[in-house]
Amino acid sequence: MSPVTRGFHGKRREAEGGRVPPGQYVTEDFPVLSAGPTPHTKEEDWTFSVRRGGKEQKSWTWTELQKLPVEQVTADIHCVTRWSKLDTRWQAVSIETLLEQVRTDAKYVLAFCDGGYTTNLPVADVTGGQAWLAFGYDGKPLAPEHGGPVRLLVPHLYFWKSAKWVRGLDLLDSDEPGFWETYGYHMYGDPWQEQRYAGD
Amino acid sequence: MAGTALRRRLTWQVGTVGKVITETATAKTIELDVPDWAGHRAGQHLDVRLTAEDGYSAERSYSIASAPGEPVAITVQRLEDGEVSPYLTDELRPGDELELRGPVGGYFVWDGEPEPMLLLAGGSGVVPLRSMLRHRSQTRSATPARLLYSAKSLPDVIYRAELDGYGDAGAEVSYTLTKRQPPGWTGHVGRVDQALLDQLAWPAERRPIAFVCGPTSFVEAVAQGLVMLGYPPSRVKTERFGGK
Amino acid sequence: MPVLDGNVLGGLLHEVFGTEMTTAVGTCASCGSSREVAEFVVYLGGPGVVARCRDCTALLMVITKRRTMNCVDLTGLSALS
Repeated sequence: MSPVTRGFHGKRREAEGGRVPPGQYVTEDFPVLSAGPTPHTKEEDWTFSVRRGGKEQKSWTWTELQKLPVEQVTADIHCVTRWSKLDTRWQAVSIETLLEQVRTDAKYVLAFCDGGYTTNLPVADVTGGQAWLAFGYDGKPLAPEHGGPVRLLVPHLYFWKSAKWVRGLDLLDSDEPGFWETYGYHMYGDPWQEQRYAGD
Repeated sequence: MAGTALRRRLTWQVGTVGKVITETATAKTIELDVPDWAGHRAGQHLDVRLTAEDGYSAERSYSIASAPGEPVAITVQRLEDGEVSPYLTDELRPGDELELRGPVGGYFVWDGEPEPMLLLAGGSGVVPLRSMLRHRSQTRSATPARLLYSAKSLPDVIYRAELDGYGDAGAEVSYTLTKRQPPGWTGHVGRVDQALLDQLAWPAERRPIAFVCGPTSFVEAVAQGLVMLGYPPSRVKTERFGGK
Repeated sequence: MPVLDGNVLGGLLHEVFGTEMTTAVGTCASCGSSREVAEFVVYLGGPGVVARCRDCTALLMVITKRRTMNCVDLTGLSALS
């Protein structure tokens, strides 16, 4: 156990009771954390595909995405590195809107992204009004360093599941680890049960 | 057994804060008393770890500002929205304990080699380079040395009096001020560009070694500029700090 | 955006490997380029630290910290000497 540093508190502020999962601290910042260089995909080149067994089931262009019902989503987000940001505001399309156009009995998805990042989620967690494709933040187009043009937004799980630069979902029968999950992070990632690492 | 320090396995240990010296309005040098300190090389750094009462911890790396043979000291630049630096510059006091790991590094070090050295500092990137110049001065080295230090304004220049004094020891120090210049300023203005590098860099034929340290964008632009002047990439040592 | 280089990994790698590692030469398993660890492109990625090849951006090292234990994955390197 490291010795306590006199007078050090970090930048955190005390959060309103009950809003913040265990072990988290509230920040006003929006840290930029990534595992590689920022891709710069133009809207006109962006597509989102749902695939099964390597075959595309359906895809949407940027224009087609914009034609779907857009929601103003306000959510608290929780990063596994312990910062939480409250009341973040996004402009997004519910993933359910896209998945209901694809007939599937798949139980899991693996989200894939520009730059090669992946993350896995149960289908049950990207439907039911729990997950979105977000392309606006705070009323402005989502900046590339925060995942623009489009990122996944799944606020009920740790934020590494809200994959930046998302380009599609692979439908799977069984749960397969994505990037951070392969390196020991939890397959599900519920911040309220502090599921940071595999085995938690 | 003077000079034979106990060799410790590199791991976290606790040092005690000695003197704290104000260098500029936003930078402080913190001297540390570290048990069994085995000494350090010019250019190395320390990792510092702060732990709050509830177990939350944050780690950062800081270059060693003192020369080999001197007590270890780091210089910390306070970042406005930093998490660790404001604690170190505003809160830390002599007598406090600080958890650290070091000295670290074997790539970005100068051990007194005779080939001309070209030092390029972007902001707080000057810290490890000052350790090198201090080492050069204390060992009365004949190595030709030039420092080009890019800072926002003159009050932001760390160690100014000391750096200006190295002129007497044959080290040429110049500054380029990027945001504000004092009235009557005759030094360089603006970011380091190819023209300034061309003017100040040792010719490649003299087999110089360059040390470039500062924010990532500064380091990449300068390193590329030196390679364009004919410096072999292996003779351009780089150390990137966080920042724009 | 914290994009740094392998110098910042020096302390952790020294602790894990028991020796100075920033001057160790790593060979990228993807493109074959060889560089000192100090010259790797390092992303402080949140869940973990990622080091990539400066020449082709392939993944070289992934370092994660679980409680007090560091885990260093080197599968992106075909050699490290």
